[in-house]
Order: sequence, then C-alpha cells, then structure tokens
Amino acid sequence: MSRHTHAKRIEGLDKNVWVAFTALAADPSVVNLGQGFPDIPPPSYVKEALAKAASVDRMNQYTRGFGHPSLVKALSQVYGKVYGRQIDPLKEILVTVGGYGSLFSAIQALVEEGDEVIIIEPFFDCYVPMVRMAGGKPVLIPLRLVSMKSGKKTITSADWFLDPDELAGKFNSKTKAIIINTPNNPIGKVFTKDELQMIADLCIKHDTLCFSDEVYEWLVYRGHQHVKIATLPGMWDRTVTIGSAGKTFSVTGWKLGWSIGPEHLMKHLQTVMQNSLYTCPTPLQEAVAQGLLLNYELMDQPECYFTSLADELEGKRDRLAAIVEEAGMTPVIPEGGYFMLDLSHMDEDEAYDYKFVKWMIKEKKLAAIPVTAFVGEESTKDFEKYIRLCFIKQDGTLDAARSILKSWTKDMQMG
Amino acid sequence: MGIIRNIAASLVLLRQSSIRNNHKVIMSRRLHARRTDGVDKNVWVEFTQLAADYKAVNLGQGFPDFSPPQFVQEAFCKAISGGPQMHQYTRAFGHPPLVKSLAKFFSRIVGQDIDPLEDILVTVGAYQALFCAFQGLIDEGDEVIIIEPFFDCYQPMVVMAGGKAVYVPLRPREGSAILSSGDWVLSADELASKITPRTKAIVINTPNNPLGKVYKTEELQMIADLCIKHNLLCFSDEVYEWLTYDGAKHIKIASLPGMWERTVTVGSAGKTFSATGWKVGWAIGSGNIIKYMKTIHQNSVYHCATAAQEAVAHGFEREYQLFGTPESYFQQLPAMLHHKRKKLALCLESVGLQPIMPEGGYFMVTDISSVKVDLNDPNTKDELYDFRFVKWLVKEKGLATIPVSAFYSPEHSKEFDKYIRFCFVKVNLTFLTKVVHLKKRLPVCQSFCLRFLLTGGLHARCRRGHLEKVESERVNLPPM
Repeated sequence: MSRHTHAKRIEGLDKNVWVAFTALAADPSVVNLGQGFPDIPPPSYVKEALAKAASVDRMNQYTRGFGHPSLVKALSQVYGKVYGRQIDPLKEILVTVGGYGSLFSAIQALVEEGDEVIIIEPFFDCYVPMVRMAGGKPVLIPLRLVSMKSGKKTITSADWFLDPDELAGKFNSKTKAIIINTPNNPIGKVFTKDELQMIADLCIKHDTLCFSDEVYEWLVYRGHQHVKIATLPGMWDRTVTIGSAGKTFSVTGWKLGWSIGPEHLMKHLQTVMQNSLYTCPTPLQEAVAQGLLLNYELMDQPECYFTSLADELEGKRDRLAAIVEEAGMTPVIPEGGYFMLDLSHMDEDEAYDYKFVKWMIKEKKLAAIPVTAFVGEESTKDFEKYIRLCFIKQDGTLDAARSILKSWTKDMQMG
Repeated sequence: MGIIRNIAASLVLLRQSSIRNNHKVIMSRRLHARRTDGVDKNVWVEFTQLAADYKAVNLGQGFPDFSPPQFVQEAFCKAISGGPQMHQYTRAFGHPPLVKSLAKFFSRIVGQDIDPLEDILVTVGAYQALFCAFQGLIDEGDEVIIIEPFFDCYQPMVVMAGGKAVYVPLRPREGSAILSSGDWVLSADELASKITPRTKAIVINTPNNPLGKVYKTEELQMIADLCIKHNLLCFSDEVYEWLTYDGAKHIKIASLPGMWERTVTVGSAGKTFSATGWKVGWAIGSGNIIKYMKTIHQNSVYHCATAAQEAVAHGFEREYQLFGTPESYFQQLPAMLHHKRKKLALCLESVGLQPIMPEGGYFMVTDISSVKVDLNDPNTKDELYDFRFVKWLVKEKGLATIPVSAFYSPEHSKEFDKYIRFCFVKVNLTFLTKVVHLKKRLPVCQSFCLRFLLTGGLHARCRRGHLEKVESERVNLPPM
C-alpha cells in the first residue's frame, strides 16, 4: 500500500488536542471542565422549535445551500441591528457547520501558498492547522501579561496586551490576513475599541483581510463591551465575521455557525461551501431562526438570552474563581468567554501543562485543557504553567470540582 | 497568474451605505485562493433557484416529497427531548451509538469485521465524505478516473484537491434499443486505456446518479481487477444502495477480494431514511485510509450534529433486526418507488419521450431528442440543448428537471445534450399531468407507430425508420 499515501496538505496535521483529551475525559467519573460545552440545558424554546421543525415534511429535506432562507433572514435582522447596517441575507451571509466550518470556508477561500496569516497567541487551536492546510504560513504574536500595577490583586484577561510595535513588525507584503478572536479563547480577553482600531489601521495600511472569530460575542461580563472590528471605518469590506449558534444558544451539538461579510469576499466562501458539504441540516437551521427572531424582539432587555446567559455565566465565573483561589491557585479572570488558571504558584513537578492535565484527569478525575495547545512552539515556555477551565457548567459540576480541589490542596498541605 | 501586490498609494475609504456594485476593487491584490478557480459554477444553485423563482414542481433536485419513516422521526424527537448531552458536542469522528450500529450493520453485508472507531467516519452528508476522501487522498497532479455520467460534484472536488479528472463514459450497448440503465456499459479496454502511472483513484457510483445503473458483480470485478493490478484506490459512492428495482442486486465493490484495503465506501442517511435535510453521511473503509480523511474532517468541520446522529443510530438498530423482512424500510421504500417509477416511465412514453428505465436510485433519464428546436437566437448559441430545454420546461410548464449534460465532462457534454433527468421519489404524482401537456407540442409519426420523430429539418425519421414530412407544430425555445 505504499502508493496509498495521503495528500501533502494533511502533512503534520493529524494531532488534535480535542480528539486526545475528549477521549480521556469521556470517563463519566471525571468532572469535565475541559472542552467548551455546557452541561446546562439549552433554552427550552430552541428545543421546542427543533421538535416543531422536524415535524414538517419539507424541513427534513434539503434547503438552500448557502443558508436556510428563514435563518439568513433572521441573521440579517439581528446583525443588521448590531452592525447598524443593512446586511444582504443572500449575498453577505453564509451558514456553516459551526463557527469551525466558517473558519474553514474563509481560510480555504482566501488563503493559499505564499500567504502569511497573523495569529494572536493564545489562539483557538484550529487556526494554525487550517492555515497550514490551505498552504499558508502562520505568523504568531503573543498576548503579553503586562506587569501588575501596584495594589492590584487579581489578574484579569484585560492585563494581557498586544505590543503595538511587535504587531506592526509582523505585517509585510505577504500578509494576507490576520485572525482575531474576541472574546478570546482561552484567556477571555475582550479587545477594546482602541485595540481593534490599532489592528484595523494595520489592516488598512497593509491591505490585509481580517477574519474575526466572535463566537463568544454575547458572553461579555459587566463593565465590558463587545466591539465588532467590521464596524470600524474601512473594515467592513475586508472582514469576515464569524458567529456560532452553538455558543449563542448553548447548543454546541447543533454545529451551526455563520460568516458575515461583503459579497466580494463571501462569494468565495460560498464556492468552498458548495464544493465541500453543500448544505447544512434544515430542521436545525429553522430552529435557530426561530430562536433568533424571538430574542431579536427582546434585544437589550434582561429576558433576552444574549443578556441572561452572560449574567448566569458571570455568576459561575465568580464561583469558580473563588473555588480556585481557595485551593491556592491564581485564576486569570476573563472579561468574556472562558477561564484560565495560573499554576505558577503551585509547587508541583516541573510538568508541562499537557502532562499535568493528563495526570490531573487520571489521578484527580478533573479535566481541563492545557494552554500550550493554543500557542506555537516558540511561546510554549511562556504558557506552559497555565491550564484552561470551562465554567459553563451546572453548579453541581462546579461543586464537584471544588471538592476535588479541596481534597487535593489538603493532600499537598499534609504531604 | 501571480498575486498582485499592493503598490498603490492610498486606500479608498468606503461609506457604509448599501452598495450594489459587485466589481468594486477593495484590495489591489488577488483575493481568492486558486483552489476556488473554475469551481464556482454549480448546477444545483442555478436550477434550484430557477425552480423557486417560477414556483415549479421540483423534480430536479433529488429529495423525496414525503417525510422520513415514523421510526426515525420518533427517534429524532426522542433525541431532541433527551438529556442536555444530545445538544452538545459528541465524538468528532462519529457519535458512538451511530458508529457502533453502522459497524454492526455493514459488517454483516461487507463480510468484514468493521471497527466502529477506526474504520468509520461520520460526515455532514455523503457529500462531505467525498470531500474528505478527495482532500485527504488526492494530491497535485494525481489523476482520478470518473465514470460518466457522474454526480456533478466529483469533478470540482478533484479540481479543488489539485487533481486531474480523467473521464470514461458509460455507453449504450451496441445493437439494442436503449431501454434500461443496464444497457449502458463500461468498456474494459477503454477503462484500462485511461490508466496512467499518475492514476491515484477511480470513482464509481452504484446505483448510478443520474442513469440509475446498478453495476453487476462482473462489472465491478472488472474494475476491481484494474484497481488491484495498478494499485489504485476506489471511492465508491453508494448513497442509493437500498433503492434497487426489478430484482437488481446492489453489490459492494469493497466486498470483492483485495478491495477492502483500497476502497472508501460512502453512504447517506439522507437517502437511506428519506431525510436529505438531516445531512448525515459516512465513509467506511480500512482504518489505514480512513485516518487521512479524519485529519481533513478534524480540520474542516470537526463534529457533526449530535441529535440527528442519535436518530440515525436508532434507525440502523431497527433495520438490523428487521433486515430482509417485509417490515424493513429497506424493502418497503424500493417497493413503493417501483410503482412511481413505472408510472413516470409510461407517462413519458405516452408523450413520445424515451425514458431509460433505471435499475436503481432516485432518477429517470429521458431522451428528449424528438423535440425539435429552432436555434434562432445567437445569444443562446453557447448553451447546450438540454440546458435550454430544461429552462423552457421550468418557465413554460412549471416543471423543474436537470439537464443531463451537467453530469458529463466538458469534452463529452455535447454528445449527451439530449437527455434530462427526473426525480421520481415523490408520492404526489399530479405533476404527471404537466408532462402529458407536452404532447401537444411534439410531432407524431404519421404512421402511428407511436414513436416520435428524431432528427432532421423538414424530413424526419422516427425510430422505426418511417420517413415523415413534419406537419405538426415545432417547438420554439425562447431566447435565454
């Protein structure tokens, strides 16, 4: 079978942190704070909408390839309001298999051999393999923890910054795109308008595209505001913005997402779509449309799920922060999205975070994700003392984590 | 064609008002990746839109007008109201209950112990399984043999993977009237002549879309022999595997000796359970090959929707128990469609068209060469006859079909531009009245042999050889 070799495009891309760690965490006795999915139920009206859609004959058959009509219309409505511009549902929106599918479509459509793509560390791990699979070259730049102001006790995701000169130095004539993720996974940083403006200025100066992964856009905590880089002057025409039904409605298992952008970019994403999977499931799209329309009416009100979920999660964030501090560890409080834990104060073996997490799952029955999965090799040293914990979990799950950490610290104190 | 670098001075800042101009240059450099060159046209996008615009009866795209069977619908509802885990990520390469039931079900058929975790990849429809196969296994310069007529996505997928498509047509058997899809055959010599040292794979589709041909064991053996001799991979698209008629038997090429280790077999829950909108498919093959497809999958979509996979798993559990019995959906569905197929064929014949009876699948191909055309308008000179005919049929008769030349390579499409494809997987056959209305527009052989006139200007010859001067009205296709 020596001729049955794989295509070159997948060279070196077979490893994947999720495939490895989800298998480990699948043991039901493990408290899973690793992979980012809720163990709390989604709102009942989305489940009901799905049941209703599935009962209609036509909804069980193919729908429009680039997005079910009622869904793209609902997206156009919701985001038209958010962006403050008219968004063409047929030409400026593409529905994909999760935010993941949107990233894939954008990168396949617009990145190729010879292109460089700037990726900010730590990054959602798929960005690098996707860029490489498209033949592009990832250029990494880390967020850096700026030294603490005196008197400030807690570290938050707002303490991590991009060095403007360092960033400017990464742009050159080969730079095709920059991928940004706000709120950021895994740190939880919510980029401010000024920070986005800095990035936008460089995009415009170097005529670069921007892929903005905003799947956690609604999960922004008090005192912070999600800003869409596509709304800054000169950016709409060079930005593809990605969203996710899974993260928006706590239904990650529905795997529906979308890309929004100008027609001259979106048409190429549509080409990739029609040659890769052609269309997304119909009843799921119908149900998401219903969910969006319902919440569109409630936007800016506390009952709106986009607001109420953030409120609920803020409570869980603070709860987990307290649990972790109690155990003598240092959390990095996120402004949005997820969590990160700082281990550097723990007197553990000099274990890499991967080894640590594997050990923790096996010995302590607590699952997390190693943060070096989100950085390039060169930055490993700066991030190997961090692990990522997901807190979109039932209080019972968080309590279980607490018990584990409590007995763990007790062991350490005694040992 | 190189990438144009930005040397221009300043960028034009654009106003945020809605802009209609599609040709506005935003970046002075090339935007899209080369892999999207030449694969932007898509017959489905074009014709589904047309059907929708004219509110035509859509017999073009392949989907049923009835619902999935109750047992899978119930399973889906049960999954939806199941625990929260039904709405969250499941195993990336396939929901465990689904890969287990697929492995159990197909091991029995293929005669191979299929490992649910290693030998199966669940995908977003069979479409995505094909995509993973081409992307994972076809490299720049690899040749891929495609048998014509082919499901149209194979060609752009080969191109997008950097490969080169090499075509071999099915041809009507010499001598006989072309009445059945079984009369269209592959020449062993012609196929062998297309193989070069760069040939990486061959794509087969049985039952075939659009013809409906169900390859016999001898035919598959001939292909298998060549695959083994030249060490080729085989991508076998078997989405219509349960839809065979008139006693035709579906054979899996992967079950032939020496083929399991080199074949990727693609299947579809959409076609299996009449739920095309669920977009659940799979690839089954030796783990050595499937693993490369998994890499593509984990870097493109990563997971498929959980609840639908759960429902399909239940579907296969049930069918495993009922396999071969009259209660099996895999018996009932082809039995039901058998009659629809017959009805459509009779109706098409009654208006003088020549259907090719399919041995399997969703579709019937009909020869439309008996309809005369006046090619007046120079603007439409470039479009093939069947494309123009299909557009006319949508606009004038409210019937949407698909032109069969769309299933042929550019080099052969002109030879096969007198066929259109109907989907007959419909319970509601009222569209047949629209077909009957075509009768008024078609010239009849005056010798009443009931065969319609085929070719030629004022003098036409019917299939029986009667020479006739054309008296009746000719069909004029409007300019497109």
